[in-house]
Amino acid sequence: MHSNPQLSKNGELQHLLTIEGLPATLLTQILDTAQSFIGVTEREVKKLPLLRGKAIFNLFFEPSTRTRTTFEIAAKRLSADVINLNISTSSQSKGETLLDTIDNLEAMHADMFIVRHAQSGAAHLIAQHVAPNVHVINAGDGRHEHPTQALLDMFTIRHYKREFANLRVAIVGDILHSRVARSQIHALTTLGVPELRVIAPKTLLPAGVENLGVHVYHDMQRGLKDVDVVMMLRLQSERMQGPLLPSAQEFFKYYGLTAEKLAAARPDAIVMHPGPMNRGVEIDSSVADGPRSVILPQVTFGIAVRMAVMSILAGN
Amino acid sequence: MKIHIKNGRIIDPKNGTDAVQDLFIAAGKVLSVGRIPDAFHPNRVIDASNRVVCPGLIDLSARLREPGFEYKATLESEMQAAVAGGITSLACPPDTDPPLDEPGLVEMLKHRARSLNQARVYPLGALTQGLNGKRITEMAELHDAGCIAFSQANAPLSDTNVLMCAMQYAATFGYTVWLRPQDVHLAQGGVAHDGEVATRLGLPAIPSCAETIALSAILLLAKETGARIHLCRLSTAEGVEMVRQAKSRGLAITCDIAATHVHLSEMDLGFFDTNCNLIPPLRSLRDRDALRAGLKDGTIDALCSDHAPVDDDAKLLPFAEAESGATGLELLLPLTLKWAAETKIPLLQALDKITHTPAKILGINAGELTPGHAADVCIFDPQRHWKIEPNALKSQGKNTPFLGLEVQGRVSFTLVEGHVVYES
Repeated sequence: MHSNPQLSKNGELQHLLTIEGLPATLLTQILDTAQSFIGVTEREVKKLPLLRGKAIFNLFFEPSTRTRTTFEIAAKRLSADVINLNISTSSQSKGETLLDTIDNLEAMHADMFIVRHAQSGAAHLIAQHVAPNVHVINAGDGRHEHPTQALLDMFTIRHYKREFANLRVAIVGDILHSRVARSQIHALTTLGVPELRVIAPKTLLPAGVENLGVHVYHDMQRGLKDVDVVMMLRLQSERMQGPLLPSAQEFFKYYGLTAEKLAAARPDAIVMHPGPMNRGVEIDSSVADGPRSVILPQVTFGIAVRMAVMSILAGN
Repeated sequence: MKIHIKNGRIIDPKNGTDAVQDLFIAAGKVLSVGRIPDAFHPNRVIDASNRVVCPGLIDLSARLREPGFEYKATLESEMQAAVAGGITSLACPPDTDPPLDEPGLVEMLKHRARSLNQARVYPLGALTQGLNGKRITEMAELHDAGCIAFSQANAPLSDTNVLMCAMQYAATFGYTVWLRPQDVHLAQGGVAHDGEVATRLGLPAIPSCAETIALSAILLLAKETGARIHLCRLSTAEGVEMVRQAKSRGLAITCDIAATHVHLSEMDLGFFDTNCNLIPPLRSLRDRDALRAGLKDGTIDALCSDHAPVDDDAKLLPFAEAESGATGLELLLPLTLKWAAETKIPLLQALDKITHTPAKILGINAGELTPGHAADVCIFDPQRHWKIEPNALKSQGKNTPFLGLEVQGRVSFTLVEGHVVYES
């Protein structure tokens, strides 16, 4: 009844809005393309002409450093013209609607929009509105999805673990409010991870999360037992204001990743985090900076993955 | 004016009639059914062959958006939509701007509606001043001005002491209190059912217990105060079961649901379809099936359109920022017929949910074709297929989750007090 708005009739990627609903072959194609760009990013001259003459608008309705910057670098390495707009501080505060903003930017001949917005579904709304030759990449919409983050996470896991088919993976923290977690869950289940766990107190789990194909744990010791990959989530400080959690201290004590808790995982387990980290809230510095942490490689891989997504969209 | 409606299939739930008969109207009233009165010379003969002739529909909730929201809809446009949908009487909730909390506003609305000579408008007075949930309104004055009952619409009423006093005061005068059960705190910020779809789409959610907790408070207070309560827009399976039990204990309550919720569930949100941003939220398939079962066994007394026209711009927003509501006046009949066809319920029983029973809930003399009653009549073609599209709707609101759906049943004539106010 509802067709997938990010795929064309012949199954080509028109927009990247969600991981949900994308076939494993497409995810693998993106990861393989990203792999081919890794060499480029390490060269002396780090540019490819694939997006020469294309205008890419980085539309950030919510503040971001890492995601916006890596998209910008990725676009520039593909020779695109990049325009950064932080809309939270401009026209939206003057009462312009989201689609009015988009209409105006489209009139400036945008080829691609990279959108971050505080509302779930904002990227879908834009994708349904723009002309057929304009592509939209969701760089995070509300609590819904953050597909390029999940793709770079998959790239990182594949880099260190080679394949997905025999992994045990745990996602830890604020699942309820996390767009990263939703994208990760869809990506991991699609790529065939046989055992996926989420670990959180009940106040930070959405209703029926097990229907997404995860096993629910409330205890770190049990949840981390024998896992190959630990994916931490950021806990926003405003979560402490409401009734969801009593304090950052108690959260850290029971759900913060420490070396002691990590000991339950497999000896070669890797630790990931989408950033920005709250040290001493969801992760201890000794783990974040420790030998199993792949948090900084995640950022580096993020550039190649975003290059891959942009070049695939531009080619379709 | 004398009208002879001939060869129609008369379905009159109040009188248990379902037969091909003629209907005779004179001086605004039903004169006779079946037998032609002596010396009856009609001014007009309406051939209703292959049509159903039933009482004009009674809609328990239609927002006409006046006063205050004329950019969304006007009395003119929505009254036309009502009669085009076969609706001859409608109750309008008090959440206008300003809310219907003063007799002057109610008189103005009644006057404006009457001057249009279309459907009959029955305003629901605000239960609390400005719908603020703090001080009760001058209910007796409002009643004298034309309010048929008192409602808090969708505005929160979290103070149980105020709720109890409002019920006691209404019970003093024998007025009915209309309430949509929803706990303010549990529903705070939510825009979708707390289930699989909201989890997937990352939408702030409203759990089912937001309804049942408020419902249990209302039921207990109803028993305590003796107030007559009408429950609006139930949405959960648990809520239906609570009402079923309360009714079996003899509590004086009635309840309705919106016609949309008989057909749709959270699954229909698809990829953030803002036309599915509704109050209450579309819930799970299990809830929808429980609503259907409740409607069939009589736990749920009536179906309403819950008409809430919204302008296009207010729907072209991210889901949670979009305004909730759907246009409904012209869909009440086809959606009721669709339910009847899908669940194999006789038309006599199905039409009761939108004619006789809602009239009883409102306490008005309508919803039946008994001789001597006002001739409010709906004549429709039950076979006629049509597609729900913006230009097929008279309402200024074109927003509905059913856009593009082909439905069956289209109104041919609508009569109010013996006058043809709509013909297609």
